[in-house]
Amino acid sequence: MTEDTNQTGQTGQTDDTQHTDRADAGAPSRRSLLGWGGAGLALGAAAAGGAVAMARSDSGDDVVPAGATGAAVAFHGAHQAGIATGVQDRLHFAAFDVKTDDREEFVTLLKEWTKAAARMTAGHAVGEGAFGGLAEAPPDDTGEALGLKPSRLTLTIGFGPSLFEKYGDAFGLTGKRPKALVDLPKFPGDNLDPARGGGDLCVQACADDPQVAVHAIRNLARIGFGKVAIRWSQLGFGKTSSTTPEAQTPRNLMGFKDGTRNISGTDGKALAEHVWVGAKDGPDWMVGGSYLVARRIRMHIETWDRTSLQEQEDIFGRDKGEGAAVGKAKERDEPFLRAMKPDAHVRLAHPRSNGGATILRRGYSFTDGTDGLGRLDAGLFFLAYQRDVRKGFIPVQRSLAASDALNEYIQHVGSAVFAIPPGVRDTNDWWGRALFTGKA
Amino acid sequence: MRRARLTALTAVTTAAALAAVTGCTEKSKAGDDAVKVTASDKKCEVSKKEFPAGHVELAVENKGSKVTEVYILFPDDRIVTERENIGPGTKQNLTAEVKAGAYRIACVPGMKGKGIRQDVRATGGGKVAERDPRLDKAVAEYRAYTQAQADETMPKVKVFTDAVRKGDLAAAKKAYAPSRIGWERTEPVAESFGDIDPKVDVRADGLEEGQDLAKDWTGWHRLERALWKDKKIGQREKDLATRLDKDLTDWQKRVGKAEITPSSMANGAKELLDEVATGKVTGEEERYSHTDLVDFKANVEGAEKAYALLRPVAAENDPALAKELDKQFAALDKLLDTHRAGPDSYTFTSYEKVGKADRKELHDGVNALAEPLSKLAAAVVKKSK
Repeated sequence: MTEDTNQTGQTGQTDDTQHTDRADAGAPSRRSLLGWGGAGLALGAAAAGGAVAMARSDSGDDVVPAGATGAAVAFHGAHQAGIATGVQDRLHFAAFDVKTDDREEFVTLLKEWTKAAARMTAGHAVGEGAFGGLAEAPPDDTGEALGLKPSRLTLTIGFGPSLFEKYGDAFGLTGKRPKALVDLPKFPGDNLDPARGGGDLCVQACADDPQVAVHAIRNLARIGFGKVAIRWSQLGFGKTSSTTPEAQTPRNLMGFKDGTRNISGTDGKALAEHVWVGAKDGPDWMVGGSYLVARRIRMHIETWDRTSLQEQEDIFGRDKGEGAAVGKAKERDEPFLRAMKPDAHVRLAHPRSNGGATILRRGYSFTDGTDGLGRLDAGLFFLAYQRDVRKGFIPVQRSLAASDALNEYIQHVGSAVFAIPPGVRDTNDWWGRALFTGKA
Repeated sequence: MRRARLTALTAVTTAAALAAVTGCTEKSKAGDDAVKVTASDKKCEVSKKEFPAGHVELAVENKGSKVTEVYILFPDDRIVTERENIGPGTKQNLTAEVKAGAYRIACVPGMKGKGIRQDVRATGGGKVAERDPRLDKAVAEYRAYTQAQADETMPKVKVFTDAVRKGDLAAAKKAYAPSRIGWERTEPVAESFGDIDPKVDVRADGLEEGQDLAKDWTGWHRLERALWKDKKIGQREKDLATRLDKDLTDWQKRVGKAEITPSSMANGAKELLDEVATGKVTGEEERYSHTDLVDFKANVEGAEKAYALLRPVAAENDPALAKELDKQFAALDKLLDTHRAGPDSYTFTSYEKVGKADRKELHDGVNALAEPLSKLAAAVVKKSK
C-alpha cells in the first residue's frame, strides 16, 4: 500500500517499443484511436452508451480493438500485457504448484497455456469451443464467457522462486534463478498464511468483466490438471491504482485516492528505468520482463471507519477529498514530505524516502465475505511490478513496516514473488520459451 | 452416497447402444411364428436360431425338474426381456420388440448362475450398427464384476449387521468400513436403480424435506452415527441392521441386470472420482467413523476396473489418453498407499488425522485423474461402429 511513488521522468515522452497496447495484425492500437487519457475517461461513457466494441466470437482471429471496456488487448509483444496496460476493473489472480517432474510435459503445458491465453484474450473460446463437439465428451471450453466481449483481458504469467529450487534439476533450470528474484525477508507485523502465499507459477488475469477473468483462470487450471494445481487464488473487484494518471485516480477501501503518482503505462522512460529488466541486468531470459510482488493486505475496516477524519488524513499524509498532500491544494501538486507527520504513509513510501525506489502498482480491492466474527474480510491485494525486487518493494516495505502509522489498521497476510518473463512475440513463441530453451 | 438423481448409467444413450426394446410376457397362446424354447435341467433348445426383426415371441416350455427363468439378452448380457419362475411342466410366453442384430436366449434352471445359452439373430429390418465385440466383452465382464462385488460384499455386511444385532460396539465398528467396499467400488451401478442408494447409503443431510431423521434415516451412515457418535446400540439400530441386510440383498439380486453400456461404464468411472472429489476428500462421507479413505480407495479401484476393461479400445482410439490415465491411476494409487497400513490392507489413516496439506495433495491427485477420465467415454465410442 505504497501510496506515492514518484518517478523521475515525467516528460510524458513515449517510446513506441515500450507500450503494451501494441498494434498487432495490422489493427490500430487502442492508443492510436483514443489515447491513454481518453481510454480511461471513456470507460464509463462507452459502457453506458453501448459503444461499438468487439464482441467475442469463435470465428476468425482478427482483433479489432474498439477503445472501450469490451476491446481486446494484444497478447503478443516485447513485454507481457497486464503490466503497463491500463488497469482493468477486475482481477482473478492464481498461484499454482507444479505437479510433474517431467520437463517435456511441463513445457507442453506452457505451450498449451500460451495458445489458450492468446485465444481467450482475443475473445475466443478455448480449443474446439464450448458446444457442438462430441456429445460423449466434456467440451474444451467451459462456456461462461460465450457472448461476452474480450473485456481487455490480459493474462500474465510468472515463475516463483520455488520453481527454480524444487524443479531446478528436473527442468534444467539450475543456475537460472535470477538474482533479483529474492525470497522476501520477514517484515515486522507480517502474519503470513502459507496457504495464501508462494507458488511455483502465477497467472494474473485482469479484465473489465469479472466473468471473463474468472473464465480465463478456470480454463487454464483445467488445462493444467495433473501438471499443475492451484495453490491459492484471489479475486479483486476494484482497481486501487491506475497506470493512466491522466484519468481519475481510483480509491482504495479506506476511501483514499491510491496511485496518484504511479508510473504511467505510456511513460517509456520510467518503465525502462523502474519496471522492465534491462539487457545489462540479466539473466538473458528475463530481458524485457519484470518482477512481481503480490501481498494480501487485510484491512481492519471497522476500526478504520471509527477513526476521525483528521487522524485518517494524518496517517496518509493527504486529504481525503481532493487527495492533495499536506499543505498542498491539488492532488497532483508535488508533495512536501516534511510537512507530513514522520509516520505518514505517503512520506514513508515516497521514493525520496527510500533512495529512489519506485514500483509500478497494479493492486485491487478485495472482499472475501466476512470472517467468523462478522468483520469484513477485506483489504488490498497489492500487486507491484519492478525491475529488481531488492531495489523496489523491499526498501519501501522495510520503511513502511517499521514506522507506518497505517500499520495499526492493516496486516499483511499473504505474500508471493514471481519473475515475469518477457512477452510472447508471435504465434510460434510461448510463455517461458527463453527460460526453457536458453535461446532468447 | 448421492441424492436420487439420474446417473450416467441411465441417462446416457449411445449410438452403440442398440435401439430401445420393449419386452413383456403374456400367458396367451403362442402364434405359429413363435420361437419355441424347450428348457430342461441341462438344455435350452430353440426351434430356430434366426427370426425376423420386429415383434418376436418365445413360447417357453419347462420340461425340467427345476423352476427356471428365460432371458433374451444383448451380446453384452444386457437384458432385453425376461420371464422368471417358470415352474416344471408349465408353459409361458414372452414377447419383445427387437431390432436386427445378435442376441442370446438363456435358460437358467434353478434360477441361479449364468444359465444355458443359445446364440440367435434377428434378421432384416434396418441394419443396426454392430458394436466392437471387444466392447461387448468389456460390458459383460464389468457386469460380472459388479455381481461378484455384490456377492462378496454380502457376507461382510452380515459380519457387520450381526455385530450390531449382538450389541457388540467394538466388533461393529471394526466391520463397518469393510462392509462398504464392494458397494463403493460399484456405486454408479447401484445408484442407477434409484431406490436402493437412498435406503442404504444416505447421509443425514441427504434426507429430503419432510423426512424425519428419527424415522426415515436408514442404512450404513445411520448406524455409523450410532456407533461413533452416540456410542450405543439400541433396538432401533438392531432393526436397522436387519433392514440393511434386506436392502442390500435386493441390490445383490438386481445389480446384474443394470443397464450398462461402454460409455456408461466410462462415465461411471468418472462419477466414482466425482464421488471422491465431492464427498470423500472433504471428509463428509464418513463424518463419524472417519473411514473416508477406505471408500476413496474402493471408488478408485472401481474406476480402475472399468478403465482396465475399456482400455484396449481406448488405447487404440486415443493412445495419449490411455498413457495419461495409466500414469494418473498409478500416481493416485501410490499416493493412497502412503496413508495405508500396508500393501493390500484396507486399513487407512483415519481421515480426521489427515491434515490440510495432505488433503490438498489427495484432491490434486483426484483432479489429475478425473480430468483425463472425463474424456474416456468419447475415446471409447469414437470408432466403435
